[in-house]
Amino acid sequence: MENIEQRVKKIVAEQLGVPETDVKNESSFVNDLGADSLDTVELVMALEEEFECEIPDEDAEKITTVQQAIDYVSANLGK
Amino acid sequence: MGFLAGKKILITGLLSDRSIAYGIAQACKREGAELAFTYVSEDLKQRVVDLAKHFDSDLVLPCDVASDEQVAAVFADLGKQWDGLDGLVHSIGFAPRDALKGDYLDAVTRENFRIAHDISSYSFAALAKAARPMLNDGASLLTLSYLGAERAIPNYNVMGLAKASLEANVRYIAAAVGPEKGVRCNGISAGPIKTLAASGIANFGKLLKAAADATPLKRNITQEEVGNVAAFLLSPLASGMTGEILHVDAGFSIGAGALGDKSE
Repeated sequence: MENIEQRVKKIVAEQLGVPETDVKNESSFVNDLGADSLDTVELVMALEEEFECEIPDEDAEKITTVQQAIDYVSANLGK
Repeated sequence: MGFLAGKKILITGLLSDRSIAYGIAQACKREGAELAFTYVSEDLKQRVVDLAKHFDSDLVLPCDVASDEQVAAVFADLGKQWDGLDGLVHSIGFAPRDALKGDYLDAVTRENFRIAHDISSYSFAALAKAARPMLNDGASLLTLSYLGAERAIPNYNVMGLAKASLEANVRYIAAAVGPEKGVRCNGISAGPIKTLAASGIANFGKLLKAAADATPLKRNITQEEVGNVAAFLLSPLASGMTGEILHVDAGFSIGAGALGDKSE
């Protein structure tokens, strides 16, 4: 069973079309991984699907790095 | 051989592999159609070019439907590649984000009313007007609507008015294009699907869940399911149908259940 960090990184790599090895915890979706604003919306949608949760717009706007995504999912999963 | 073999179809509104237009393109491609696509602005061009490759298409043209010049240019350009057009898919809608949130009367303004109707409804007529000279006999025009055209859906607001206008457009366009070359015009009223565009509607996740619970099929629908009905309507299999709006919504619209919760 993969942990949350691995699952998040895998989704980021798939959605943004970058190698998983480029996806570091500190990577910013826009600045480091080349995401545009639509990519980030799609990324949030993919995270919602993977973790079967809903991420409200206000929260989604604050998720700009891989670590923030991992933290958000960890904090909100299984609530 | 597919039932759209040899048909040439222009699809607008492709933005991601979650787009309803993507599901339509998949079904049309599977049934043998040749496809062309449009993009709305230069920063989105590469996305659409990449997506078009999934359908073996390199016909990708700029078209911001707010511009009469660009609408005309699409068909001028397309005419250089194709000698006629068998299908046109209008999968475009827009309203300012603030319009799609909360109390309808608080949210609606003269300006967001104008924009929503221009981009979401007039654009279909504009494309149909411009496409008309190159339409082949029996060509089919298709647009995408939503139940908000017929019922008051929380947060959908002015977009519902624009979709009502769009559905009227289907009937008037059908009446206009039918007599000359047997051209048909229909719409699909699709159940909610999580697309990039839908992410602009407040509390969309809640709407999806409520809709799924209230349908006879107890689920939401997929892009592929809309695509299959679209392919049918675009094909000669639907030759007896025009001016029609078909619901592809897992049966949601037949129920009396209300989506009445406007809270968070």
